Amino acid sequence: MNPDSDLSRRGFLGLGGSGLFVLFRVEPLEAFQEPARLPSRQAGPADFNAYLRIGADGRVGCMVGKVELGQGSMTSLAQLLAEELDVALDSVDMVMGDTDLCPWDMGTFGSLSTRVFGPRLRAAGAEARAVLLEMAAERLEVPAARLQVKDGVVSDPSSPAKRVTYAQLVEGKRIERHLAKVPVKPVSAFTVVGKSPRRKDALEKVTGTAKYAADMAIPGTLHARILRPPAHGATLKDVDTSGAGKVAGVRVVKDGDLVAVLHERPDVADQALGLLKAQFDRPQPAVDDKTIFDHLLKAAPHAQVVGESGSLAEGEKLSASIVEETYLNSYVAHAPMETHSAVASFEGGKVTVWVSTQTPFPVKQQLAQALGMTPQNVRVITPYVGGGFGGKSASQQAIEAARLAKITGRPVQVVMDRAEEFFYDSFRPAAVVKIRSGTAADGKLVLWDFQVWGAGDREARPFYDIPHQRTRSAGGWMGGNPPGMHPFAVGPWRAPSVNTNTFARESHIDILANKAGRDPLEFRLSHLSDKRMRRVLEAAAKQFGWKPARTPSGRGVGVACGIYSGTYVATMAEVAVDKGAGAVQVKRVVCAQDQGVTVNPDGSRQQMEGSITMGLGYALTEEVHFKGGEVLERNFDTYRIPRFSWLPKIETILIDNPEVPASGCGEPPIINMGAVIANAIYDAVGARLLQLPMTPERIKEALKRA
Amino acid sequence: MQRTISFTLNGKPARVTVDDERMLLWVLRYDLGLTGTKFGCGAAQCGACTVILGKEAVRSCVTPMKDVAGKQVLTIEGLRKDGRLHPIQEAFVKHHAFQCGYCTSGMILNAYALLLKKPRPKRADILRLMDDNLCRCGSHTRIVDAIQEAAGAMKVDAR
Repeated sequence: MNPDSDLSRRGFLGLGGSGLFVLFRVEPLEAFQEPARLPSRQAGPADFNAYLRIGADGRVGCMVGKVELGQGSMTSLAQLLAEELDVALDSVDMVMGDTDLCPWDMGTFGSLSTRVFGPRLRAAGAEARAVLLEMAAERLEVPAARLQVKDGVVSDPSSPAKRVTYAQLVEGKRIERHLAKVPVKPVSAFTVVGKSPRRKDALEKVTGTAKYAADMAIPGTLHARILRPPAHGATLKDVDTSGAGKVAGVRVVKDGDLVAVLHERPDVADQALGLLKAQFDRPQPAVDDKTIFDHLLKAAPHAQVVGESGSLAEGEKLSASIVEETYLNSYVAHAPMETHSAVASFEGGKVTVWVSTQTPFPVKQQLAQALGMTPQNVRVITPYVGGGFGGKSASQQAIEAARLAKITGRPVQVVMDRAEEFFYDSFRPAAVVKIRSGTAADGKLVLWDFQVWGAGDREARPFYDIPHQRTRSAGGWMGGNPPGMHPFAVGPWRAPSVNTNTFARESHIDILANKAGRDPLEFRLSHLSDKRMRRVLEAAAKQFGWKPARTPSGRGVGVACGIYSGTYVATMAEVAVDKGAGAVQVKRVVCAQDQGVTVNPDGSRQQMEGSITMGLGYALTEEVHFKGGEVLERNFDTYRIPRFSWLPKIETILIDNPEVPASGCGEPPIINMGAVIANAIYDAVGARLLQLPMTPERIKEALKRA
Repeated sequence: MQRTISFTLNGKPARVTVDDERMLLWVLRYDLGLTGTKFGCGAAQCGACTVILGKEAVRSCVTPMKDVAGKQVLTIEGLRKDGRLHPIQEAFVKHHAFQCGYCTSGMILNAYALLLKKPRPKRADILRLMDDNLCRCGSHTRIVDAIQEAAGAMKVDAR
């Protein structure tokens, strides 16, 4: 494909084709794009035309504000629409994350695409199908009840000549008829949902033709490198740009806080950046990666009670033994392989910005504000995104690219280098959890007082049967923290809050099982009346071949379970610990998940494997070091993410649960990885790890304490 | 030093006039428009920019053009022959051995070099020889399966 041809607005409108960039006549969709006019921030437009368009050639455009980050929504959302509309999956062309073409959407995060957006897309498909059926009945002069639909062809089975295609009915126009309350298909009628077709992005991704933001080649583009402060909190005092300005072809831009060097070649711009002589005022914040936990306890806001039942005093009275413990985790980076990138181009009073982002519509609003433009003149296009994990909810690079494009009058590309990516990342917050628990003489857990500082309250409340309990939370990833509590930006990181809260709860439950001399699985089940949780635990145990034993059994096996975004997940793992080196190899992970209806089994398993593999990192190595406001991680040499040599044997189990609507599957399994490995390490060598990541130093230290 | 460098790119002659210390990655992406090769770290630490130089997988972000002169370069765009996917690409599709796809070009080309060296790799060989190519989505287990499958298919093709 000629890269120029799909860039201009004209190109978009005129071309037929498949893939991300599609292909039908565009009418103003403003009404679909202004959140202020919508009934609530969660809801999308009611008119099904916002989500689908049937072309004169019979191809179906499916417009969604969600983006494809690797999680497979391009395929699973197409499945949902194809199912309800009764068209071939291959005939559906996805248009994703384009603010001119797609209905408004808050963003792609929180495992909401299937759970919250999915029903809306299905409803749109179901209503459109019913309208088309009605139109076909009129055209064919056959009662609608006699008609059937397959692959976009409506026909009367008793009379083969009576047939009409969706394309013939619609003739490329917008469908101006609506019906109220059309039911979606029952699960039992699914033929497309529940299958694992080839991913729609497969061919482009294995041939290198998949386009990401930085691949948008617009003639005349300048590549910008931006002067960055050496530390958080540092402010620019003075900058001498004379050296950089002498490099042939380099443009220097100083616009308030934004100092950049630009060149037609990114590497020349990078060399010019090195010639800037800048002086910064640098405060020296005292907090570093060692003192952060004490700092959090002091700096956190007053704790909110997020759950309470029974009476703590009564629980204390009933307790024969009390166990108190503190759990810590450090800051963790998103570290997607694609760094934050954007290309901005002005044309005729409008700006188009291609951005690697999880939040195209909020970015559009931010751009309009930063540029002083009306939102109607700002278009954000989200090509394929090279991983997000929550970290591409923030997208400052889009604004930087657009500001520089406006100033220079040229298209501008901003691609963060790896050090910038670490520096500006919105980390998973460091956190402290303290749990005070009590067990009665009969072994029943009767007291649970849980408090989390810094991470947030999601899934902090226990799902175990505990009569007297309280859960408190102070500060979190969502903002609203006292200034300086977290010394840099924090944000959602795959299953925000829940990795922290699950690590603490599931480690603590294991400690209690150990103190009671009971098998950790049996101890959990004895406190669980929640049937869905029991089922995932039992399914995992069966596959794993769990044999009850007291810990530490020396076998190196562990269990953990949790809930995220309506999905239940249980994980079992086997580890080998090298005591001398403090090294852990995770040998096997079994994970059972109940996410309700499964839209795409293979896609779900991919997400489960991905969560498990990624989770090895925060469990074992990933930790952001910082001092004096400086982020010490610059690249993958010190920030170690999971690699092939770490790979355990991974077995995934999907629980068939048609009674519950489809919920998210891309995040849940990661929540158990800290605790399941900590518990398996304890079972292997009797050393209890209370801090993530479980580095060799911490493991050796825990062995000394054991 | 500015000079004209000739090399073979995806089977066809190529000539560029550049500073010979300039990295191949930038020439591929921004001079020649081959954007399938990705920037990930700029320091040979992630493998997203992997291409084949001669018979070796190299990191194009640290490969200066002077080292490319007169050599054969294969990028992801050159792997498909006559519109047919290479067996490694076929296997990556079949196993869905990618998610976001950003590391995929590098993974496929590193696997290509691996299979040149070791046409019948054991699982442990794959883990070792792929270890410096990073994937953040966690597609590792499928990539290993895909490489094993491709090895089998290529053995059949070679007969």
